Amino acid sequence: MATKAARRKQLEAAALYPLDWTEERSGLVGYTKWFLFRKVPHDISWAQTLGAAALTAFIVQAVTGVVLAMYYKPDPDAAYASVVNITENVTLGWLVRGMHKWGASVFIILLFFHMARVFLFGAYKYPRELNWIVGVLILVSGMAEGFTGYLLPWDNTAYWATVVGININATGPFVGPFLAQFLQGGLNIGPDTLAKFYAFHMLVLPGAIFALIGLHLYLVVRLGVTSPPWSPSAAGRDRHEPEGGREGLIRDPASEVEA
Amino acid sequence: MSDEHDTHELPTPSLWPIGFAIGVACVLVGLVVSVPVLIVGAVIAIVFGLLWVRDLVSPRRAAPAAPAAAEPVGHVATVADLGAPVDRAGFLSAATIGVSGLIGAAVTLPVLGFAVLPSFEGDGVKTHDVNLGPITNFPEGEYVIATFLENPDRGEVTRRTAFIRNNGRTNDGTPSFTAIYSRCVHLGCPVQPNGPIDENAMKEVNGVELRPVLAASFGCPCHGGLYDSEGNRFAGPPVRSLDRFEFSIVNGDLILGRTFSVGHVEGVGATARIAKYYKAYPGVHVDGVERILYPIPTPGSRG
Repeated sequence: MATKAARRKQLEAAALYPLDWTEERSGLVGYTKWFLFRKVPHDISWAQTLGAAALTAFIVQAVTGVVLAMYYKPDPDAAYASVVNITENVTLGWLVRGMHKWGASVFIILLFFHMARVFLFGAYKYPRELNWIVGVLILVSGMAEGFTGYLLPWDNTAYWATVVGININATGPFVGPFLAQFLQGGLNIGPDTLAKFYAFHMLVLPGAIFALIGLHLYLVVRLGVTSPPWSPSAAGRDRHEPEGGREGLIRDPASEVEA
Repeated sequence: MSDEHDTHELPTPSLWPIGFAIGVACVLVGLVVSVPVLIVGAVIAIVFGLLWVRDLVSPRRAAPAAPAAAEPVGHVATVADLGAPVDRAGFLSAATIGVSGLIGAAVTLPVLGFAVLPSFEGDGVKTHDVNLGPITNFPEGEYVIATFLENPDRGEVTRRTAFIRNNGRTNDGTPSFTAIYSRCVHLGCPVQPNGPIDENAMKEVNGVELRPVLAASFGCPCHGGLYDSEGNRFAGPPVRSLDRFEFSIVNGDLILGRTFSVGHVEGVGATARIAKYYKAYPGVHVDGVERILYPIPTPGSRG
């Protein structure tokens, strides 16, 4: 028995060695634990998973987008044909393009559900206002992704929808016409517009969204998950009872900040 | 007490090494491109190198380290310090920030200009004249749909449509045409003539397709904008009358020039009075109170 226990210990040490090696040199294991293994209120529900669902939808968009970029050609003479080729000839192209096209709507819809949950639960209040602001920036970037991505199939729907979208920008007072001219890269939609929208769609905006999601998650981990408004406890612990009773004080924010 | 490292065994700061480095750089460049540069570089390097060596071996001048020693620990910088001589660490951090800023600006500004400026100058904002062929192809008093490539070099994406009507002659005898641009002035959709198109009478003149149409009005399929036969709005969301092309007649051919925006058209055909403005984006007001919202025309809108 004793030898068996010793062997087991030896095996465990061997298995954990790479982790220890990494941790000693980078601290990454500790950071991962800090990120993943967190205390949450006992009365959270599926409603608190909407953010993670939106994140998953974004990762699906990123991965399918990278693969689509391997077959798509952002050139006015070739763009439409390359999209038809992806849909009809490339193996499983119809599926990946479908995932990217419908997944775009799923991402935006999940963002709105997540936003509604945060709003209705009052989870945007102190100290989480900054995270609400970051979330709004993610929403705006996501919609810009939708606008720029819509042009890329380069069919009549794409072309005229973008004409209308750019001209809506142009009606903005003072700077509107300049913004429109910057977006279409000249007086009219042309070859430069397609390449510009492609660059924004697959480089600028995804980069911005990745960075914003990183900040968003950091703030979630730092500030913790809010209890539902009907919760008898704050942030999974008993409410903080101040010395002078609860008169005139709804909730002491300090009891949540520490979490 | 001040930091030991700042007062111990260090030469006074010197600018000579910079001159020495420039000399060495000139020597290296000269080795590749020209002998005179090589010689000049060598002279600079030798002169500044000697000055540097002299600086190093000469006895140290009175070190200005006294003020640092007098400073209390935990001194907080105040406005009064701005005029005072800075210490070594302060100078180095300021220099690092300054040099980083310069490098950042040197890299960022050209890239930013490259990203933004081409939209406002050069090929993208040029308009091209288009020859629609002999004016005899345009019967008097009838609209003809003309579709053409504004700039064949940039391809199919420059395909435009104009509605052309020969109005005969004005009172002083010059030929008159109405040349309406097909883009809706609500949000830029393609306006359609309301009336039968005579496909059998279609003509193609050097790449321009001409189709006669009995157009009593023009309608936009996107949001229901409706215009009369002069291009004035009479229903829907558009904010002004349809844009028009300037035209000229050269050797009997009708030439379309740049487009311009129209506030309103009084009268009909050859006797019409057109309120002409610079080319504005769809949805932009060119007259009325709202025009103060769009004070600056974009580059290229004047043609």
